[in-house]
Amino acid sequence: MKYAYFPGCSLKGLGRAYEESLLPVLRHLGVELQELDDWNCCGATAYMSVDENRAAVLASRNLALAENNGSTELLAPCSACYLVLNKLQHHITEFPDLRSTVQTALQRAGLAYRGTVRVRHPLDVLVHEIGLDVIREKVVRPLRGLKVAPYYGCQIVRPYATFDDAHQPTTMDRLLTTLGAEVVSYPLKTKCCGGSLTGTVPEAGLRLSYILLKEALRRGAHVVATVCPLCHFNLDAYHEEMERRWGPVRIPTVYFTQLMGLAFGLEPQQLGLHRNLVPFTFPIETTAAA
Amino acid sequence: MHIQRTIKYEADRVRGFAEEIMSLAGCDRLKSCIQCGTCSGTCPLSIYMDHTPRQIMALVRADFKNEVLRSRTIWLCASCYACTVECPRQIRITDIMYALKQRAIQEGVYPRRFPIPVLAHEFSRMARRYGRITETLLVMRLFLKSDWRALFRSWRMGLGLLRTGRFSLRRERIRRVQELDQMLATIPEAPATPSTPRQTP
Repeated sequence: MKYAYFPGCSLKGLGRAYEESLLPVLRHLGVELQELDDWNCCGATAYMSVDENRAAVLASRNLALAENNGSTELLAPCSACYLVLNKLQHHITEFPDLRSTVQTALQRAGLAYRGTVRVRHPLDVLVHEIGLDVIREKVVRPLRGLKVAPYYGCQIVRPYATFDDAHQPTTMDRLLTTLGAEVVSYPLKTKCCGGSLTGTVPEAGLRLSYILLKEALRRGAHVVATVCPLCHFNLDAYHEEMERRWGPVRIPTVYFTQLMGLAFGLEPQQLGLHRNLVPFTFPIETTAAA
Repeated sequence: MHIQRTIKYEADRVRGFAEEIMSLAGCDRLKSCIQCGTCSGTCPLSIYMDHTPRQIMALVRADFKNEVLRSRTIWLCASCYACTVECPRQIRITDIMYALKQRAIQEGVYPRRFPIPVLAHEFSRMARRYGRITETLLVMRLFLKSDWRALFRSWRMGLGLLRTGRFSLRRERIRRVQELDQMLATIPEAPATPSTPRQTP
């Protein structure tokens, strides 16, 4: 299996542990990734707040580069990138004016886009293409005794994703169960983490992250599993600030790919786990679970 | 005690604003809003907003342009799309919030040192200039442009990110920056952009 790979800015920056765990895990499963040459920022939510047309042009360059490269499947692990690229796909089909705006801009760079690229999320590929049976065979160190709160966040299930349910997604639940972990019931699994409001309006943004951690603890989880670099940053890097404001919520947050790597027998350092500010070790030390 | 009028007068309306917003891509279904309040009930941030999302929908439809564009609500929307998915009339509320943010920036009517529009502005500048975002540099610019003291309040986190190798000041950029810039230059500049953002009253 071969995919074009769109890492996005976060996976080269604050969220590099996501890439560091995603790449070896997919390699282990025989998936070949080819990083899109000279990819650019998707624009995320911020560019769309400033200029819709330019945001569309910015994102479209990536789809055009992938298509011109002969790729039909583009893997986008970051939730914001995944949403933005999918949204653009929908919008250029739905709105002819936007489509011609984008085509004009692409032509300027000698590019074109016919709309043949499918944007995929790693969860989608893992569960629906590779399959849980294949993944189960690779598990050499089952995550027995580990209770995980599966946190999907907002932008991979709403509103353009088709690979899972917008209200009750289950792909990560099933994946984690396959790894031998125990998935706790976590009704906040698709609630917002606060996004970039954690930095801009902490009283509101950080509170949302705090509620997520608090509920995960209340449900008996040892760790929160996330699919998004911004969610991870909010829940992990702002952890101390949340505790300072509202009291202890001692629970680490890791990428689901890091849990996969551990179950496949890879070392924590190979999976970027040393980059967590709230440390996570497996097996769980019983004294640390407070 | 400072007494303020809470009801809008007819004279506060800016005729044509509702039509203009509803003519934008993805915003047309606003006219079918039934004011049920599902959006406000679903929104995780509505409790911090000066007008709830339902009220914003009503204000837009009633042409209250100034109230909407100066509202903090549009900036508190974190784009989680919960309202869009739940709306029984399939109104793309998140996209309407984006349209309103764009108008507020074009017309320079966002709160001056309010960090959210500052972040959006700095982000788009960096993306356009370099093709990629260097997150740490973006955060530093945000602090400088909104609240530089926040930089010092975050020193412990900064140290943690440094210790774990996540903090990098190396500028990320694409090779064909010019190509991207030429592409973006095909979009005409938005009309009526005052040079400096005005303070909201």
